[in-house]
Amino acid sequence: MERKIRVLVAKPGLDGHDRGAKVIARALRDAGMEVVYTGLRQTPEQIVTASIQEDVDVIAMSILSGAHNHLFPRVMELLREKNIDDVLVIGGGVIPDDDIPGLKAAGIAGVFTPGSPTSEIVAFIKGNLKRGS
Amino acid sequence: MEETADFVARVRAGDPRATARLISMVEREDESRLVVLKALHEYAGKAHVVGITGPPGAGKSTLTDKIVGLLRERGRRVAVLAVDPSSPFTGGAILGDRIRMQRHAVDEGVYIRSLATRGHLGGLSRAVSEASRVLDAAGYDDVIIETVGVGQSEVDIVRIADTVVLVSVPGLGDDIQAIKAGVMEIGDVFCVNKADHDGAERVTREIRAMLETAVLNGAVTRFSDLYTARAALKPAPRPLEGDHTSVAASDEGVSHHVTSQMSVHPGLEIPPVVSTVAETGVGVEELVQEIKAHEATLVATGFLRLRREENLSWELGRAAAERVLAKLEQDERKGSLSELARSVLDKRIDFYDALDTLESALVQA
Repeated sequence: MERKIRVLVAKPGLDGHDRGAKVIARALRDAGMEVVYTGLRQTPEQIVTASIQEDVDVIAMSILSGAHNHLFPRVMELLREKNIDDVLVIGGGVIPDDDIPGLKAAGIAGVFTPGSPTSEIVAFIKGNLKRGS
Repeated sequence: MEETADFVARVRAGDPRATARLISMVEREDESRLVVLKALHEYAGKAHVVGITGPPGAGKSTLTDKIVGLLRERGRRVAVLAVDPSSPFTGGAILGDRIRMQRHAVDEGVYIRSLATRGHLGGLSRAVSEASRVLDAAGYDDVIIETVGVGQSEVDIVRIADTVVLVSVPGLGDDIQAIKAGVMEIGDVFCVNKADHDGAERVTREIRAMLETAVLNGAVTRFSDLYTARAALKPAPRPLEGDHTSVAASDEGVSHHVTSQMSVHPGLEIPPVVSTVAETGVGVEELVQEIKAHEATLVATGFLRLRREENLSWELGRAAAERVLAKLEQDERKGSLSELARSVLDKRIDFYDALDTLESALVQA
């Protein structure tokens, strides 16, 4: 049977709404992916343990509040602690351009800011999976 | 592919990563999973497998979250398989049951896995029975399977679970819903969730009436043999039905009020009907008690083994049928299938002759 792409969509931090994340979740579903949606106010620890239990290929996070420079790298750190190097991690939300190089250096493979077409995110995921298909 | 012995050891030790990988292999029917499943075989069979089913929006996930919490308080390791539908068009899925359970994400005694139906009908995914055995062998004491939101005929869960909890809610439709055959017949424990909403009493009354009528009519139900066997045991392992007065203190009289008024035939033995408000946790302790009382009854009467034997027979038969179907769909067979179809269309043979020809060919193969 074909390998399904499984994606964990998570909202770390204290954002009050998750409309953007839900738009992404639906776009990924419509692209044939299985999207595990975890909802608002997730800690990096919750995100990483959920990604392990769900055996996802991708972690997609969105932050609007400005805490990305702390929370995104923290997720990468936890993944490294658990020797997980085959999960593609991407981020999005309200992220100033100046912060993007730092996030990429921390291991966030792709950063998508407001206005990014969902097709671009789908294509990025399909082209950058770290596990064989 | 990791070395099998190591893989098996890691699953047995409850390593969530190994367990998760194995369930993914099960989901995509990876042939290499079989050697691992065979090695795990002897360790499975200890877990209490509980099915939670009911219509969409009944609160199954919230209820599961609360049940997991209470089972953890009892020191049990708990695994959850939560099934959501795949899109029949794109094959994609949004698996959202986990949202309600994320507070357990960092508890090492809890494993939660979301599964998409991937085209399977019946309220489950094909992977569920194998995945449930994996979690059983991994040492989880309770395996909770939350089905997709079901309508009136998705009853596959009875083939897998030891105990089925059927969740109903007020406001779904008129009382005829409770007497239709199908989903309503599969519960071992009934739960009326959102008991603080209008109409909850009526739903409880209708379910109890349906169950009592079934007993009075002498219908063969899922519980009739079990209750007869239980009655033969002394002393009785649990109080008689109608004695559900031990609701949680925080319950503002909702379920107490309901259960004390509903029973028209207090002596009849029917499955428990528990009122809950999953959002606040009201009544869930009683629900867990009833789930565990059902397990105790299954064990005490020997019905646990009987039920598992029945389910396994069914699963074996289905797996054999699938192998036959796979054979038929092989390319070299497709030719003979179309040949037979042409013969039927041209009236050279009839449908049943064609079927007989096919069957003998398969038996010889």
